Amino acid sequence: MVTFTLNGQERTFDGDPDTPLLWVIRDFEKLTGTKYGCGVAQCGACTVHLDGMPRRSCVTPVAMIEGSEVVTIEGISGTEADAVKTAWTGLDVPQCGYCQSGQIMSAVALLQMVPKPTDADIDGAMAGNICRCATYHRIRAAIHNAASSMEG
Amino acid sequence: MNWKLALTGVAALCLFVGAGTLLSPASVAQDAKTLKPAASFQSIANERERSVALFQEAGKVIQHPRCVNCHPATDRPLQGASMHPHQPPVFRGDGGMGLPGMQCTTCHSAENTPVVGQADTIKSIPGNPAWHLAPIEMAWAGKSLAQICQQIKDPARNGGKTMDQIVEHMAHDELVGWGWKPGAGREPVPGTQAEFGELITAWVKSGAACPAS
Repeated sequence: MVTFTLNGQERTFDGDPDTPLLWVIRDFEKLTGTKYGCGVAQCGACTVHLDGMPRRSCVTPVAMIEGSEVVTIEGISGTEADAVKTAWTGLDVPQCGYCQSGQIMSAVALLQMVPKPTDADIDGAMAGNICRCATYHRIRAAIHNAASSMEG
Repeated sequence: MNWKLALTGVAALCLFVGAGTLLSPASVAQDAKTLKPAASFQSIANERERSVALFQEAGKVIQHPRCVNCHPATDRPLQGASMHPHQPPVFRGDGGMGLPGMQCTTCHSAENTPVVGQADTIKSIPGNPAWHLAPIEMAWAGKSLAQICQQIKDPARNGGKTMDQIVEHMAHDELVGWGWKPGAGREPVPGTQAEFGELITAWVKSGAACPAS
């Protein structure tokens, strides 16, 4: 039995301890905002926050998260999340949208760590989030906009 | 002369030679997966030659992709037996732990993690509690064993370690030890960490001589 916090609520999982966290989130908790892309931490679509840090849930066995706090796109909140939401809608960042929950989780984590990121900071933090619609230019601009909106 | 018998003899000889030819690569392959015991180098009377031979044997570990991939010459780790640049593109960052928002722990755990429902080419994500890159001054990629040998002895390029600390690091460090248990889908470095530690110990005791090239 694994006990953890999901978006602020205590949850338990008593299935196979090797089950990837992504499966638990989507199939058992029915939170389908977090996406399956590659299954091997190559694309970033499954990014969640694990104890406040970005983490690829597809390569995270649920046994690893005993006692941890997991936040998904459904539960992300706070100054950075609000700024990112406003910036994302302001620029209509998504095209097909499949990768965007992962993009947003990585962007929020970056802004929590680096409130005013440079292009290089953005490249470094977002390099593991692939977008087949190539919305990268809007993602970068939206992160800058979110950072600017948090100033002052 | 019985031609039938003669031909059978030739055929048998061909088979014999053929078998020998086949055995050679197999024994070489086996040699690459094991380490000769440090004690077996005692037969080399000249101490300097013995020391060099010990380090060359240890070099089978040191120059293996499992070790060199995290001793890259740039800020980007290497990956796989082919030692290609790490995918996704990740970079050194503070303490070799990655950049803000894309640290090693975004994907790597405290242990090797099997992946489910994937192609045979990717069986697990490697992991260790101390997962990080070696500092840039300890870069090994692209260097000869002789250059790496000099580097390992140089406190300015070995993390300020004494030779005793080098022995301890090689013989007992947990992240070094990961090389022998790298997880499904990755070839371990040759031999065992204990055998490797004995080779390094014997190398240091014999004067820590380096190969000429």
